[in-house]
Amino acid sequence: MTNVPAELRYAKSHEWVRVEGNIATTGITDHAQHELTDVVFVELPAKGRVVKAGEACAVVESVKTASDVYAPLSGQVVEVNQAVVNDPALVNSEPYGQGWFYKLQLSQLSELDGLLSAADYGKQVNQ
Amino acid sequence: MLKRTPLYENHQKLGARLVEFGGWEMPVQYTGIVDEHQTVRTAAGMFDISHMGEVRVSGPSALAFLNGVLTNDLRKLAVGQGQYTLLCNERGGVIDDLYAYRLADQEFLLIINASRIDSDVGWLQAQFRKFAPSVGSELLDISDQIGAVAVQGPKVAQFIDQCFPASTAGGADAWKPSDLAKNQICAVDWNEHRLWISRTGYTGEDGFEILADAQSIVPVWEQVLKIGQPYGLKPAGLGARDTLRTEACYALYGHELDEDTTPLEAGLGFFVALDKGEFVGRSALVAQKQKGVGKKCVAFKMSEKSAPARPHYPIWSGGTEAQRIGEVVSGTQSPSLGIGIGLGYVPPASAKPGTEIQIEIRGKRFGAAIVPKPIYRKPAISQFMTDPT
Repeated sequence: MTNVPAELRYAKSHEWVRVEGNIATTGITDHAQHELTDVVFVELPAKGRVVKAGEACAVVESVKTASDVYAPLSGQVVEVNQAVVNDPALVNSEPYGQGWFYKLQLSQLSELDGLLSAADYGKQVNQ
Repeated sequence: MLKRTPLYENHQKLGARLVEFGGWEMPVQYTGIVDEHQTVRTAAGMFDISHMGEVRVSGPSALAFLNGVLTNDLRKLAVGQGQYTLLCNERGGVIDDLYAYRLADQEFLLIINASRIDSDVGWLQAQFRKFAPSVGSELLDISDQIGAVAVQGPKVAQFIDQCFPASTAGGADAWKPSDLAKNQICAVDWNEHRLWISRTGYTGEDGFEILADAQSIVPVWEQVLKIGQPYGLKPAGLGARDTLRTEACYALYGHELDEDTTPLEAGLGFFVALDKGEFVGRSALVAQKQKGVGKKCVAFKMSEKSAPARPHYPIWSGGTEAQRIGEVVSGTQSPSLGIGIGLGYVPPASAKPGTEIQIEIRGKRFGAAIVPKPIYRKPAISQFMTDPT
């Protein structure tokens, strides 16, 4: 059974979001890492880049395939996780912890309403 | 509707992730591709290869017919021996790459790629009719009746005999499977099952492949799992099969090989016996050998950290005035080496090991170097032994 922490919000495209003030930390979900299989490479957006919700801004590569990762919300990238670039296996072992991707300073807080709750995301991936 | 092998339910029970491969629903992984890859490199892994095709050619015309359609020289095969060989069209393009075994004096078994069964059988049957075989000769597609598993890894020879404790009943002159030399095959009657066991594989490790009637392959799988487990054997999927074969630089049809690529271009000239007499594609291959090939299949290793190279990524020359010189046909992150590796086609002038090239990955170029094949070679035992001299 896939892990869907209750305190996080989710994009349909399998990114999770943890919001503290106007800063959102994001990564890919346990379901996504499981589907991708062994992650061997992560490419993150540059610090300072301004992204729009739904824009492809990171890439995660497993042994088998490359997949785009989308910005769940709009804002500016204020921090990227170098640890996950150095050790992409963190995406598999700790998708919600050490395996986070980057932090966004949000420009449109109202977009949060468009994300899924844990219950709704859980329904999406378990049907 | 995807086809399923007789082991489908076994894969489900083991929690495999099943994907489409060449029209078949096959396990891509059980625990994880990297874990299964390392298991095969260090202990033992078992793959379901029942999707592969089998063609039986027998009778007085079998040898002459096959030697006229396959590139390698079958006359070199003693009973119980097999060889890697290619099936070419008139242009020397590869219809398929395969293994041919001589099971008995006038009986041959071809193991062909799952995705090529229809093309191969259609081509072979047409050639067979043209050849006008003598009475008593036949060519049969028995792909649906045969199941197969590959048991691969350095520990396999320690338990393979224990899996099938019976004396051999045909094929190579061996008392038990572990006596087989590389490329040999023998028959074993195990319980009520007739098995053909060969010392072959597609991983770069020692190992065996076991052929049996479709209904017999389930007990074979279960027996190997049971006996092999204490030696570290795990089931392994197509994901690991692909990373293992890429490290070993074995061709995969549809990647390194297709009908517009010749064995000479693919670096498989060793398996083309141009001197054996006429065979389909020979004159084209002789001409190409004289003229020289226009592209060559090379192995490369990334020189820096990058996303893995993938099929169709452009290959550029190194240096300041880089030019686009070729294309990647296989690529992955090497679990054994921890760096990106791959195979691709480049002009012969750029094919020498040591040549610096660049791989274009999503619009950006990354440094790589042509390396000798295979990319990964298992550590030689002699390295750990005292020199007897």
